[in-house]
Amino acid sequence: MKFDTPATTNPIDRLRVVGKATDRIEGPLKTTGTAHYAYERHDVVANPAYGFVVGAAIAKGRITALDLAAAKAAPGVLAIVTADTAGKLGKGDFNTARLLGGPEIEHYHQAIAVVVAETFEQARAAAALVRVEYAREKGAFDLAALRDSAPLAPGGGFNGSPETRVGDFEGAFAAAPVTLDATYSTPVQSHAMMEPHASMAVWDGDRLTIYTSNQMIAWGKGDVAKTLGLKPEQVRLVSPYIGGGFGGKLFVRSDALMAALGARAAGRPVKVALTRPLMFNNTTHRPATIQRIRLGATKDGKLTAIAHESWSGNLPGGDPETAVGQTRLLYAGANRMTAMRLAVLDLPEGNAMRAPGEAPGMMALEIAIDEMAEKLGMDPVEFRIRNDTQVDPEKPERPFSQRQFIRCLREGAERFGWARRAAKPGSVRDGRWMVGMGMAAGFRNHIPFKSAARVRLERDGRIVVETDMTDIGTGSYTIIAQTAAETMGVPLDRVEVRLGDSAFPVSCGSGGQFGAVNSTSGVYAACLKLRDAVAQKLGINSSDALFADGHVKAGNRSVDLTEAAREGPLTGEDGIEYGDLGKKYQQSTFAGHFVEAAVDAATGEIRVRRMLAVCAAGRILNPKSARSQVIGAMTMGVGAALMEELAVDTRFGFFVNHDLAGYEVPVHADIPHQEVIFLDEVDPMTSPMKAKGVGELGICGVGAAVANAVYNATGVRVRDYPVTLDKHLDRLPTLA
Amino acid sequence: MSSLSDFELSRRGMMVGTAIATTIPSLADAASPASIAETHTASVSFEVNGEPRQLELDARTTLLDALREHLHLTGTKKGCDHGQCGACTVIVDGRRINSCLTLAVMHEGAKVTTIEGLGAPGHLHPMQAAFVKHDGYQCGYCTPGQICSAVAVLDEIKAGIPSHVTADLMGAIEPTNMEMRERMSGNICRCGAYSNIAEAMAEVAGERA
Repeated sequence: MKFDTPATTNPIDRLRVVGKATDRIEGPLKTTGTAHYAYERHDVVANPAYGFVVGAAIAKGRITALDLAAAKAAPGVLAIVTADTAGKLGKGDFNTARLLGGPEIEHYHQAIAVVVAETFEQARAAAALVRVEYAREKGAFDLAALRDSAPLAPGGGFNGSPETRVGDFEGAFAAAPVTLDATYSTPVQSHAMMEPHASMAVWDGDRLTIYTSNQMIAWGKGDVAKTLGLKPEQVRLVSPYIGGGFGGKLFVRSDALMAALGARAAGRPVKVALTRPLMFNNTTHRPATIQRIRLGATKDGKLTAIAHESWSGNLPGGDPETAVGQTRLLYAGANRMTAMRLAVLDLPEGNAMRAPGEAPGMMALEIAIDEMAEKLGMDPVEFRIRNDTQVDPEKPERPFSQRQFIRCLREGAERFGWARRAAKPGSVRDGRWMVGMGMAAGFRNHIPFKSAARVRLERDGRIVVETDMTDIGTGSYTIIAQTAAETMGVPLDRVEVRLGDSAFPVSCGSGGQFGAVNSTSGVYAACLKLRDAVAQKLGINSSDALFADGHVKAGNRSVDLTEAAREGPLTGEDGIEYGDLGKKYQQSTFAGHFVEAAVDAATGEIRVRRMLAVCAAGRILNPKSARSQVIGAMTMGVGAALMEELAVDTRFGFFVNHDLAGYEVPVHADIPHQEVIFLDEVDPMTSPMKAKGVGELGICGVGAAVANAVYNATGVRVRDYPVTLDKHLDRLPTLA
Repeated sequence: MSSLSDFELSRRGMMVGTAIATTIPSLADAASPASIAETHTASVSFEVNGEPRQLELDARTTLLDALREHLHLTGTKKGCDHGQCGACTVIVDGRRINSCLTLAVMHEGAKVTTIEGLGAPGHLHPMQAAFVKHDGYQCGYCTPGQICSAVAVLDEIKAGIPSHVTADLMGAIEPTNMEMRERMSGNICRCGAYSNIAEAMAEVAGERA
């Protein structure tokens, strides 16, 4: 189905199933431990061998000697594969560094060997006997040191333009009566999903099946094939349950390759999970940024000049953290510029993490807006409202498809009790606590993405949906079932959803908050095909047919849907693809994030007390799982604001705190009750579902809302994330 | 910033940050091959979810791997394998523990309850049902550990075992939001379902009260 004109009334609009708060259909499996993740497929392979990955102990250089004798002689060892014995390997389109290093080492903990043994204990013990000698080379590890020499980043694709200009920024900034020029920094962050990257590889002749944990099945299939020199049709990826991804499982990683190589060498199925301490340096991370923001405004608070420049680093051939993207669209202002510069760093591979670009970009921009509001003596909510735009500020002929930004802010302020906030920072006390409120805008684009599915009416009346879409905790299973139930007119419990198998039609996959709307639109398109097949079978004109209550109705006739499959199952297969509505209309999601924070007046300890997000993101397909996406993103936003940082050792070139004790993420005690409100919205420009995404909108702006609340509590501005107590303790007001 | 040459790398220095790749021949020698020249096995008998189980295991096998790899009870999850995430939480003799931090052979005669022992699809434990109702999970990977912890936490509160945030050590302990959140903080949920887990636990605690 080509979607190139705005959606009109369609079967989804009935909203009998879609739009209803619905328990996850896989909930009974997940809560009883009977959903099987990649490393747990005892149901498909009885006796796999175990692979254990050895990571490089240097950041850059060469292996000069590799002694495997002791490891090979260890009990239970079946095979050891290194770059010397792996055969010729390619590099996946979506990988920057090679997944198996040696003799050249591109980053710390790059995989250099997999040791395969009968048991996990034997593989681990033998891996510790691998002896490696290195010739270390000098590398570049310090972004700040390279700031002045970093060239413009490459553009195109998800990167956008490395440099943009509208009007005369420099002139307008120089002429503005009120200006801000501030620099912010965000640290390296890690996805730190709970399920480690894990894969089990099974060879059948020259055909390879990998049970894995991967967000983008078709990308993964292609890259496994390319890396191993196979044809794509020789590779199958299976990933029905994924224990979290957040972008860290968008790409094939070393677990999959090492399992495949280990299984080939050992001549039997092999499973590999990365150890937790290996994950942080072996896989990808969100790169650190340095961001300079300059704002110029009239005295009554109209922005006249906006500049946002960002510096990040990556391995040669890598991409920038696109932290300036939202600044091109969020606020009005006639004179503007953005720039992204990219340094070459020999740290592990930087890549997408939940809301790449906007998450760190909004952390900086929305502090800057808060600072500017204070300079102007304006309320930060009113300042944002005054600078709203209903059109793309760079192309005024291009409107937003929907933009309820002002309503998000006004409704949020009302619900949160924003009027009670003291404008003067450091002026509210609650016993030993200094208390403050902060807010920020939330903004994230909608991305149209081709997606296909196959839907089958079985003889028993069940509807079976098959698509290689994944559910990484986002709720895909349930919204896809809701979509099929709605379109076919059957109850939810008659729909079975099968996901994450490359044998199924290619979907959009999970990423960039594009999963929900695109995958369900593909399922909707396939359901329309199935409706045609059903109508034809029953001798009904499909344009007259009404699918409801398990029946097909036309005129006075009503036939049980199951009748159509009496002689055998009927199948509909189709997908959604998009025309140029996304070019004609800017399609984005908006939020207002509100936070109350308390800071211990003596110790500087920061606690988040209340959080609210008001979101406008098109039709909400399942308010229950959508709300969970947003509270989860708000939680990760608190982590980004207050604790998450992979510390870079700029001498040795690695992330030091590479486990969950050192890389701190929010725990139960850190997160209060969270409120989420979805504004009523349908967006017919996006898709037949009239939906957009929420999973990344929920994190964009949260970090700044927390930081602004802390500032409002203390009067001490911290521009260097995370906002930890050491950064404001010596400037806190003297204890009375 | 000191340069590499300032630092005068010793081979010992190169161990910074790696626990896996041994770059040091002397260390590899120290972990003498003789020590792993053979695999030492031991037998252990315990009860898992009410059923007696007997296993002959490599003595290094954790309780977690005994459950997952040998008994195929994969509901108990391996998130970090060293006690930092709580995904492997099971209930042993009435107390919750991180099953990755203990060897299976240390539990001769123990009664182990895993997520599979609490309930199954179709007949959920009240805590499992409350997690579904309140959407107290997303990816589902930390969920079995959260639920085992949640069940044990309510028992701990009922038994009067104090926590860091218990104000009154003499009186009965109430299952307040903060009391439960404090006790659950060893179970990380990266999807960030905490607010919903708190509601699920409050519902179950309220029903029990």
